[in-house]
Amino acid sequence: MLKRSLVKLSVALALGMTAFASQAVDITGAGATFPFPIYAKWAADYKAASGKAVNYQSIGSGGGVQQITAKTVDFGATDDPMSGEQLEKLGLLQFPAVIGGTVPVVNVEGVQSGQLKLTGALVADIYLGKIKRWNDPAIQSLNADVKLPAADIIVVHRSDGSGTTFGWTNYLSKVSPDWKAKVGEGKAVKWPAGQGGKGNEGVAAYVKQLKNSIGYVEFAYAKQNGLAWTQLSNMDGKFVQPELKAFAAAAANAKWDSAPGMGVVLTEQPGAESWPVTSATFILLYKEQIKPENGKATVAFFDFAFAKGAEAAAAMDYVPLPAVVTDQIRAKWKADLKAGGKPLLD
Amino acid sequence: MKKVQHSWHDTAFSNVTRTFSFLVFSLLAAIMFSLVYGSQETLAKYGLSFLWTNEWDPVQAEFGALVPILGTLLTSFVALLIAIPVSFGIAIFLTELAPGWLRRPIGTAIEMLAAIPSIIYGMWGLFVFVPFFQEYVQPSLIQALSPIPFIGWMFSGAPFGIGIFTAGLILAIMVIPFIAAVMRDVFELVPPLLKESAYGLGSSTWEVMWKVVLPFTRSGVIGGIMLGLGRALGETMAVTFVIGNAFRMPQSFFAPGNSIASALANEFNEAAGMQKSALIELGLILFLITTVVLALAKMMLMRMDRAEGKKT
Repeated sequence: MLKRSLVKLSVALALGMTAFASQAVDITGAGATFPFPIYAKWAADYKAASGKAVNYQSIGSGGGVQQITAKTVDFGATDDPMSGEQLEKLGLLQFPAVIGGTVPVVNVEGVQSGQLKLTGALVADIYLGKIKRWNDPAIQSLNADVKLPAADIIVVHRSDGSGTTFGWTNYLSKVSPDWKAKVGEGKAVKWPAGQGGKGNEGVAAYVKQLKNSIGYVEFAYAKQNGLAWTQLSNMDGKFVQPELKAFAAAAANAKWDSAPGMGVVLTEQPGAESWPVTSATFILLYKEQIKPENGKATVAFFDFAFAKGAEAAAAMDYVPLPAVVTDQIRAKWKADLKAGGKPLLD
Repeated sequence: MKKVQHSWHDTAFSNVTRTFSFLVFSLLAAIMFSLVYGSQETLAKYGLSFLWTNEWDPVQAEFGALVPILGTLLTSFVALLIAIPVSFGIAIFLTELAPGWLRRPIGTAIEMLAAIPSIIYGMWGLFVFVPFFQEYVQPSLIQALSPIPFIGWMFSGAPFGIGIFTAGLILAIMVIPFIAAVMRDVFELVPPLLKESAYGLGSSTWEVMWKVVLPFTRSGVIGGIMLGLGRALGETMAVTFVIGNAFRMPQSFFAPGNSIASALANEFNEAAGMQKSALIELGLILFLITTVVLALAKMMLMRMDRAEGKKT
């Protein structure tokens, strides 16, 4: 008698648990380290607001593309927008999530944040290994007020497949024909000089540890690690500091429909205040959702981020997408996302 | 005469142990097969020249394994160069020279070094050792060693802090506990009669160690060194932090380089197509290097035993 009621109770509990489980779907995403700080903040805010968890692994843009292709995560994240044919072939929907800036960071004694002035061509020559010392006349002539040491420049780049690298090399290819011919652009390239760190975190750690080094990281990492960033000269020839309004000025010119999957590249944009190495970062979702619950939960998370996450993004110096763009994205979700032939969202 | 099996227990036991042995063997074969299968793209494209091509261009999809192979061999070489004399010294100290009350604490300290996870070594290396090395030690080393003719170029270059030498040094610290523990154990196995006879005839401590103890414990010592080498060849995280991850030929011991394990750790996550095949072939090469090293060690030991007349 007791045994039978115990069995009934445990069966009821088990069924009840499964009902519970189907409502609290945890979504997983993986990819770019570039937006990891803001995605983590959005996930925390979303958890506080709705109790649902979003698990994002920052493994690099290349890793994000690989994982979404292998269908091991609900969404992938990449700073390097996929081409139209790739998106068609895999059946992916791509949309931007946030915009940020990549900044050069240096570790030179006596140089403060925002003090050093560099041009794109100079940075390309440093990364090509043509300019080897900090007190090279090319650098010193731009920075008469800074005492640069007679030391070798230690160049730091990424060792993994990175969308941040794509933005950086895309910029260098635009400002230096030499770089474009010798190295080119991509998530992983054949670096002519320097050493590699893994992730934005790895580059930040190396620049922090090694004296007389230069690296490139997403702006939030420079701030969080207390690294000294530099000014860069933009397309209009003005030296700009990396800050929210400079990234926003570059993003203001974006023509979001000009590339498939809204995959615009925002480096070297016109405008006196534009930061030259601004990038949008993208989310990849399957158009045909095999797990509709996860699809809906993913869309709900990004809806929350677009609606309520603008302040958090601006606080970390990421540019939130303007309302006209997020409306376009929501329209795309309604039109393109399907589950079993029927639209996912109603 | 064949052993008579008295009960099903014996049959079951022998079959189970036989299964386990075959399981290990088939696992090894399966790993080998999957490595070869995964690298067929680059095997077909490059063949044997993959081993000596110096190229790693993901944009153009051109790959060659020379830099990682060289980095692996160089860092292990540096590690052994530093670790063998130091372990030898530790083992001699522990068995011959240390007072009795000191042996236990030092022995325990060495074993604790072995227990530290390798990623902690990497972190310690990057955050504590590298800045110290870059600022205080490396400039003086470069100044002192680079003017020496013939070998000076091996120690020239800018003080990066990270590089082949730093990676080798940290690997040395990681393998010292293994080699020292094995050496100490085999040194303690030497019959006291043998050592005392040598002392009685008037040998110094050094002569006893070099001429009596070492020849006696030769196979154990080489076994310990091979154990350390095996660890050094495959070590991933500690090396990745401090080797510099640069796919260029290192111009000196202080230059950044790459090892097979750290190349895999960095790039495997998002590699696809030709790059993935190149990385799997790197894994296959590491597998073969380790096998060859073990085989060489075994052959060397057999030859020494044969010279002594133990085996025919």
